[in-house]
Amino acid sequence: MVLEKYILAAITTNPSKIPSGTAVFHCEDKKEMEIIAANLEAILDGIAHALTDELYVIVKH
Amino acid sequence: MSEYTYPILFGLAAGTLTRIYMLRTDYRQYPTYLHGKIIHIALGFIAAGLGTVAIPSIMEEEFTAITFLTLAASQFREVRNMERNTLTELDSYEMVPRGKTYIEGVAIAFESRNYLVIFTSLLSTLGYLVFNIWGGLAAAILAILISKKLMSGGRLKDIVDVEFVEPRFDGAGLYVDNIYIMNIGLPVRQEEVLRYGMGFILKPKNFNARSTIANLGQRQAILHDVSTALGVYRDSGTPALVPLAKRDLDDGRVGVFVLPQEKDINKALKVIQAVPTLENAIRMPSEQQTNGKGS
Repeated sequence: MVLEKYILAAITTNPSKIPSGTAVFHCEDKKEMEIIAANLEAILDGIAHALTDELYVIVKH
Repeated sequence: MSEYTYPILFGLAAGTLTRIYMLRTDYRQYPTYLHGKIIHIALGFIAAGLGTVAIPSIMEEEFTAITFLTLAASQFREVRNMERNTLTELDSYEMVPRGKTYIEGVAIAFESRNYLVIFTSLLSTLGYLVFNIWGGLAAAILAILISKKLMSGGRLKDIVDVEFVEPRFDGAGLYVDNIYIMNIGLPVRQEEVLRYGMGFILKPKNFNARSTIANLGQRQAILHDVSTALGVYRDSGTPALVPLAKRDLDDGRVGVFVLPQEKDINKALKVIQAVPTLENAIRMPSEQQTNGKGS
């Protein structure tokens, strides 16, 4: 099966904004969040999209 | 040696030469390899043979021989399938794919050029037999000129005005002029995109052009051509660095975002203007009775 437009992971600094049903990475600050997002982007072949300053999602296109 | 030997040889030569003339390797880089060319020259030779024997058959009142031409039709439809299959297979390995519409356009061109060869051979042999070798030569030149006219399609510059616009970020959103392209979250990636990215606005000249450039296949063709001509700053596994073309829903303008290796604005403008308007993308809403002509 080929997935199109699927949220592979979420990265957040705000524990109250955790989405359910996907892998979530909690981060201390924005810098850590960016580093993790950059790595996940490369690993998962997805794009890191910023929904808010506190929440990034990695999406497979 | 019969009275038809020279006219037939002449028609064969004229047809094959037409095929060679039409088989130019240009920026589309296809077919580049020698074997691909040999296949098409050989098929062109067969087409020339079919076209050239038609006239002597009629003169000898061998009308059933003309049914050979129906063979040609199925033979060259196969050429179209062959080209379509090959290009579709290869397309998944392209950095920026051609897209199905572009591939279909190329495949159609390959088929129709064989028919142009048949036409050239037929006309040349007719000219030779009715007049003399000079008559044949004149007919061949005329046919080649007609073929040239028929095989060249329209260019994008005929239907749109192209303008360079520096891409910009509004938060995480990437914009070309006021057209939203995509969301890029990482600041590092945003810097990369701004350093290498170029934006262009295609402004349709009329209502028909608006529908034509809205076609996804046409947009993909633009991205492919720019990426072929100027290189592309991307690799597999970097989906964020992807050239995209998005549409302004209000006025039908298309914002093109590309990441060329060579950031030369004038060259890029020329490349975009020279992108062929794909036959399969052309729409003519103005031909619809209720819309009236023009506008």
